[in-house]
Amino acid sequence: MEKTLKEFVPSEKGTVRGITAEGRIRRRLFDMGVTPGAEIVMKKVAPLGDPIEVTLRGYELSLRKSEAECILMEVEK
Amino acid sequence: MNFALAGNPNSGKTTLFNALTGSTAYVGNWPGVTVDKREGVYKKLSEPISIIDLPGIYSLSPYTPEEIVSRNYVLDEKPDCIINVVDATNLERNLYLTTQLMETSVPVVIALNMIDEVESAGDSINAASIEKRTGVPVVPISALRNRGISELMKRAYEAAKTGREATNIFSDTAIGGVINEVKDALIAENVSDPLFHAVKLVEKDELETGKWAAAEKIVETFREKFQDKNFGNDCEAFIADARYKYISQNFSLSYTKKPKTEKLTKSDKADRVLTHRIFGIPIFLAIMFVIFHLTFSEDLLFISAMAGGLPKLKDSGFNMDNAGVTLLACFYDGAVFSPGVILTNLLNWVLEWINVLAELCCASGPLWVGSFVVDGILGGLLAVLGFLPQILTLFLFFSILEDSGYMARVAFLLDRIFRKFGLSGKAFMPMIMGFGCSIPAMINTRTLADEKERVSTVRVIPFFSCGAKLPILTAIAGGIVSFFGVGNADVITYSMYLLGIVTAIVTVILMHNTTMRGEIPPFIMELPSYRMPRFMSLMIHLWDKTKHFVKKAFTIILASTVLIWFLSSFSPSWQFLLEEGEEGLVNLRMNESILGSIGMIVQPLFTPLGFGSQLGAFGWVFAVAAITGLVAKENVIATFGTLAAAIAGTLVATEDGVLETVTMISATGITIPGLIAFIVFNMTTIPCFAACATAKGELKKGTFKWTVLFWVVTSYLVGTVVYLVGSWWWTLFIVAALIAAAAVGIILFNRRRDRLAAQGILPKKRERKKKVHNCCGDCSACKGHKD
Repeated sequence: MEKTLKEFVPSEKGTVRGITAEGRIRRRLFDMGVTPGAEIVMKKVAPLGDPIEVTLRGYELSLRKSEAECILMEVEK
Repeated sequence: MNFALAGNPNSGKTTLFNALTGSTAYVGNWPGVTVDKREGVYKKLSEPISIIDLPGIYSLSPYTPEEIVSRNYVLDEKPDCIINVVDATNLERNLYLTTQLMETSVPVVIALNMIDEVESAGDSINAASIEKRTGVPVVPISALRNRGISELMKRAYEAAKTGREATNIFSDTAIGGVINEVKDALIAENVSDPLFHAVKLVEKDELETGKWAAAEKIVETFREKFQDKNFGNDCEAFIADARYKYISQNFSLSYTKKPKTEKLTKSDKADRVLTHRIFGIPIFLAIMFVIFHLTFSEDLLFISAMAGGLPKLKDSGFNMDNAGVTLLACFYDGAVFSPGVILTNLLNWVLEWINVLAELCCASGPLWVGSFVVDGILGGLLAVLGFLPQILTLFLFFSILEDSGYMARVAFLLDRIFRKFGLSGKAFMPMIMGFGCSIPAMINTRTLADEKERVSTVRVIPFFSCGAKLPILTAIAGGIVSFFGVGNADVITYSMYLLGIVTAIVTVILMHNTTMRGEIPPFIMELPSYRMPRFMSLMIHLWDKTKHFVKKAFTIILASTVLIWFLSSFSPSWQFLLEEGEEGLVNLRMNESILGSIGMIVQPLFTPLGFGSQLGAFGWVFAVAAITGLVAKENVIATFGTLAAAIAGTLVATEDGVLETVTMISATGITIPGLIAFIVFNMTTIPCFAACATAKGELKKGTFKWTVLFWVVTSYLVGTVVYLVGSWWWTLFIVAALIAAAAVGIILFNRRRDRLAAQGILPKKRERKKKVHNCCGDCSACKGHKD
């Protein structure tokens, strides 16, 4: 099943399929290791509902939901 | 020889830097962007090696000012060797930068830092095998435990001597061909580091486009045809993925992991609590409270308040002239003090002695010499240095939060709120630090990646009323209550704090919609694992700040205090005005001084704020107090004291300044709204000289003068509104209408500008590009993009 990282719930796992962001944000996501094929585990949502925290490539990354929306994911069952 | 340290933020570069250079470190600024570049010397090789600590970066792509700075350094300055510091516990992402560094022709040595942590987790890394596969020397080290450092430097020295060819990690991939073609085209144009630029061109890096037409043409034709089964025509994704593939093929295989049970690490456990959905924010508030309590409270743990008030030393029959008793009073006097206050008291106790000594030394000389040394030089210096302990205490706590990894979580917790104002969660820390002192707060803005966010934050920091402004609030609030018999001093004080915060929020929103327009800075941030802060690194942090601050105290602050002393002590006809009073020299004739004359000239300017021409003969004192407040805010009430003495004819001095204020009120006939406007003006206007000097150092060239103007205009407008609305409540409607009109005007103007920009009439792009290229503007990386 495919959906964006924004729609993930805590402890859901998936693989990056593609990035729809443009320009700087896109480049930044690549630099931080969010590339097609990377495995991401959704960890938690901040107390105020945004941003979110995920684990990938062995470290913790925080990003906003608006940025997570640009990450297309294949959900792992 | 020059060796540069490059690596991800938090990979332990600074620890390595300190281990290499010992205490020779100093902090310098880079041109254009104020990002710390440290330089030091390593002396244990056959020749001295200068070590340059580059800002922590994730990649050589132009995302943050730091990345541009590091990229330009590597490409233009060409260090003899790059020591790539890699966090061995987080190998994969750290090596992403390594693959980019390998594309330059600069010799690279990989320092596998924190190897001790890897080992204690039961894992192991085969450095020799990585070295064989990549051809880059790899040395496992622990900068903290001083392990492998001389070996690292030996290998780096060898690497620098032998030199290195750029490594093309893409040769076996679908883009290997085009990269070679572009590289050849660049070689034909005599470009240095052709491989690096070739890869960046294929990536469509914005710093590269528009420089080499022939090479770009090759890229264009290639990109049109490029089709990968996984990535489609997406070259950037392909390259990023190829880098990670290269990493897993050549590095990850050499990393042997102990089979792990699915257990939570300590860091995970801590994170569970500290960023908990419900408790996360209350815990954060509690931590903030404790920090401020330990730094500023004059009643530690509320012991005195709970006991219903403990006796003061004076009331318990102690002789307050005894040096030992005064020393004791630094720790306890009616209440146990917090560590921050105790340190301040101790320093002031020492400074007091210096003062006494100075007075003794100058006693035989002419009157003005004594006054010059004691009031002119020492008085101002001591007032400023007196703040150092509290600034350092506050800084220590915030350094602990930062080193432990909690600071990143605070940004995570609060980002939602700050985004509403066009900032990111990272702006919170410098703002709250402003309540203590603007100086460390402004220095802290270095953690913000976005330049506009930094400028806005530095500008509003003074609105978070600092410790030195508190006496102004309490003295005037006390004066209002006792003279007019209305209100409650605490309520007035708190509402003033609130007004400062509101002003900050409003001006940030205003700037975000006018001069600081731009997208809300993105928030893609690593949350580092929690670590125990190291004592040594904390001390180095503090020592740096101390040097910074003391240097300023002895230059700009000293000069300004001397100037104010001179202006207030001499009349325009060069007559010395101070007289021998009961308790030393007093300046009873300040109204005849040059400063007094200046005060009378500028007095009418403050008429809209309620403390100008309407106050009659003595009204200039408020103007003068505001001027002296520019040196240090505690001067405002001190000036009240001197001027009140001049008015009353005798010395009026109380600890809290209330009596002085009352004298001033009765002499000038100032109204309550005028007094409130006076507080507001002092709170939001240009901060003290020390803070101004810091702001000047932290901001880009040319931004500082606008910042000063911003402070002046803001304080003047807010003061005027407070006075008008306070005096004539119906003016509220006029003010509200004007604000609404301004808001509508800005919104309409922005819409029109966006529309024009969308049609391509206004060069909106240029604004964006500027944001990216805020480096010196002269280096080769910028030349193709100069406006």
